[in-house]
Amino acid sequence: MKNPISNLQKVFESRIRLGIMSALMVNDSLDFNALKELLELTDGNLASHMKALEQQEIIVVSKQFVGRKPSTTYQASDQGKELFRQHLAALEGLINNQ
Amino acid sequence: MKTNSANPTEDLQAIREIMDRSSKFLSLSGLSGIFAGVCALIGAAVAWIFILDSGNLHYNEYLCSIGSSPINPVSIGLSITALFVLMGAIFGAIYFSFRRARKTGLKYWTNSTRRLLAHLLIPLISGGIFAVILILRNNTELVVSVMLIFYGLSLVNAGKFTLGEIHYLGLTEIGLGVLAGIFISHGLLFWSLGFGVMHIVYGIVMYYRYER
Repeated sequence: MKNPISNLQKVFESRIRLGIMSALMVNDSLDFNALKELLELTDGNLASHMKALEQQEIIVVSKQFVGRKPSTTYQASDQGKELFRQHLAALEGLINNQ
Repeated sequence: MKTNSANPTEDLQAIREIMDRSSKFLSLSGLSGIFAGVCALIGAAVAWIFILDSGNLHYNEYLCSIGSSPINPVSIGLSITALFVLMGAIFGAIYFSFRRARKTGLKYWTNSTRRLLAHLLIPLISGGIFAVILILRNNTELVVSVMLIFYGLSLVNAGKFTLGEIHYLGLTEIGLGVLAGIFISHGLLFWSLGFGVMHIVYGIVMYYRYER
């Protein structure tokens, strides 16, 4: 049998990234402030995780203006969703093997 | 950052919790259900005792006797009672959910709240308008059935965005609405069951499950 750990995605190792991705899996898109409130993070902390996820093409970032204020919204990319599903399946595999 | 392969169970729990919190309105309180149910039962009692003369007044016969205008003291009395029940129920829903949100520290007005309301109100308002049309056209015997069925559909539609019990409450209301259509002379009974008893039952279940 395949080792279930091999499907664990390194990019989701941190609890915070796991949280960001969980929220983006069940919402079409979320803006920065919504994520910040949901996960109770500081601006800097969240921004650095979002940057990392963006670089790995797990999420898609779009910036627009709402009135005069810039607003950044995030979506999970297809690749990101697939990786997250694999990660979930791997976690479940780990539990079932215990 | 600790790696999550160390504790997959905790990870899955955290994932589930965030998915629920970010997509559902979880502040809905069982107490608002109980309060709405009590309002409905009081309303039904008022209608039965004061307006329908303890069952001695049969609306359809009454309509014939006064020349079948939909604007008459009985239909106006019933509508006003229903309106008071509705206002009481809405007040209770807002008040108890607001209280619970404050207690649990959850945000009250979020994307999920807006989504919940949109999915609830579209079928609900359509049903309300349709019920008024039925009253104005003197098809009053179907009003209870229409109210229950549309209310049930609204709850089923909104159930995805809040606690899971709401979905089943919706199915129950639809079932009662269909029965009210079949047993058409027992409208007030089915109305009291659907809007009164079921709200109280589900309210108690939700209260014991989530708020103790």
